[in-house]
Amino acid sequence: MYKGGTSQQSNQAGGYFVMSLTLTALIGSITVFVLAIFLGFELISKVPPTLHTPLMSGANAISGITIVGALILSNATFDGMDTSFAAILAFLALIMATINVVGGFMVTNRMLEMIAGKKRKGGK
Amino acid sequence: MLDPVVWDVGYLLSASMFIIGIKRLSSPRTAPSGNRLGAQGMLLAVVITILKMQSEGIIGWELIVAGLAIGSIIGYIMATRVEMTGMPELVALFNGFGGAASALVGLSEALKRISDGVPDPGVELYATWTAIGLSALVGWITLSGSLMAMMKLKGGFYVPFSKKDDRGRNKWVSFPTWGPPWLNWVKAGLLLASIALIILTIQNPENKTYVYSLVATSTLLGILFVLPIGGADMPVVVSLLNSLSGIAAAFTGFVIGNNVLIIAGSMVGAAGLILTFIMCKAMNRELYDVLFKAFGGSGEKDQLTRTKVGSDPEEVAMVLDGAQKVIVVPGYGMAVSQSQHAVKEFADLMESYDCEVLYAIHPVAGRMPGHMNVLLAEANVPYEKLIEMDDINSEFPECDVALVIGANDTTNPAARTNEGPLAGMPILDVDKSSVVVIIKRSLSVGYAGVDNDLFYMDKTMMLFGDGKKMMNELNSAIKEL
Repeated sequence: MYKGGTSQQSNQAGGYFVMSLTLTALIGSITVFVLAIFLGFELISKVPPTLHTPLMSGANAISGITIVGALILSNATFDGMDTSFAAILAFLALIMATINVVGGFMVTNRMLEMIAGKKRKGGK
Repeated sequence: MLDPVVWDVGYLLSASMFIIGIKRLSSPRTAPSGNRLGAQGMLLAVVITILKMQSEGIIGWELIVAGLAIGSIIGYIMATRVEMTGMPELVALFNGFGGAASALVGLSEALKRISDGVPDPGVELYATWTAIGLSALVGWITLSGSLMAMMKLKGGFYVPFSKKDDRGRNKWVSFPTWGPPWLNWVKAGLLLASIALIILTIQNPENKTYVYSLVATSTLLGILFVLPIGGADMPVVVSLLNSLSGIAAAFTGFVIGNNVLIIAGSMVGAAGLILTFIMCKAMNRELYDVLFKAFGGSGEKDQLTRTKVGSDPEEVAMVLDGAQKVIVVPGYGMAVSQSQHAVKEFADLMESYDCEVLYAIHPVAGRMPGHMNVLLAEANVPYEKLIEMDDINSEFPECDVALVIGANDTTNPAARTNEGPLAGMPILDVDKSSVVVIIKRSLSVGYAGVDNDLFYMDKTMMLFGDGKKMMNELNSAIKEL
């Protein structure tokens, strides 16, 4: 991610790019990690109980961002017909992450339609 | 080839959409747009990843398209088919999938790195293997813990192929809640063992046995973590596991060196933890007690020594005749019996006789916060009639009839004393209304295992039976008056 800190090398075996990690890049990532945690702590303070479940469900769908990792790994481990155990695991990860993302956002939307949709209707 | 910085800018945009999405989700007016924004951010992240992989030349389309298609179809079917009563279980299940995906990505990366050749000792080895170990630890705990939480929310399961009872159902086995005090030591031991295994994998990165052992210890840890916690506390546990699955995604971000995973994962992790505390506060519980003091169903249950004569719907209809103000108090029993539509019909009937009908929503009524709101909204109950606990409690003394449907612990006056499992929990002051009508299948205790004095008060009328059946009978009795 950090152009200044990482050098990209072509990996002969799979032909994909391996980041060779430097300390600078690692510290950069840890900085992002720590700041995002503080952001998360400050992000929500007052949530009406009605929204506890949709918020939990929506946040859960966002934690399905691991779908990006599953995509990258599926691509990197897939090697024609010769499927390794690593490729099978990556494929399973991709299915599960997709279920988490698609199902999570849809179910949250369904809940919110019932709660917030009715609110608009009741207000008239 | 495009400058790779384009992808990073795209990921940054997607991370910003997640942040704004979460923020908007915490307010009723903006929540639907917040959810959409999150979904769009996710779509953006996926598209960028695919474009980036394609620009780098090599892409196993078959696997990626198949994986995305299978996952989308399963997710779509599960999200659209689920009944509103099954929502909490589904959230727990999705959460488990998310945690498992993070753990699997970490494991897959570890195996690939082992077959490609492990890097020399240095920053890369230590950082990557620590991240692999931590994403495995947190991810597998999330999976097994979420599956346990899902089972606990269901309360049990039907044994397939067993002898059917007179109602044509298989044998029902309720899910155990079990946790002697020494189990906490076992959990601490497992956690230490997992950390030791992570250190061993860093020292011997080629050895797959340590990686697989870590999977086993973390999975077991997740099971033992949820096993002693009672069903009433499950919302808090699911919320905490949701926070953990975010952290697992962040560690996976370290494994594959991707900032959008780190930002989104750690932000969800932190926001999920805050939400967990907010939910604990609503239940007046300490997180530590929830997690380590096995309560809410596992404790001693009061033996019932008293009896109460049940009333019939006609009798209740007569009491309701001429009532000016009725407060409906729904609980999990309304969800189980699917009686929200009958409740709405009741409210319409009463309103046609110029009676005011309000709904008292306890923060933890049902099995998830907001559970009752969702169900009643499904039955077209106007949003502004659902009143939260702090606002409605002052109205009970001037209400003619409080109608309790399948709620128990949230109305138990025992919570006002300083003893017993319910001590200090905020409750709805149902006992202050002139007449209390309770629809419930029996006098049995709720999740906390405490007998409810409310049932035995002179002004209380019990309607024993299934929520939907009793509501329908009550409605026809009112019509006949």
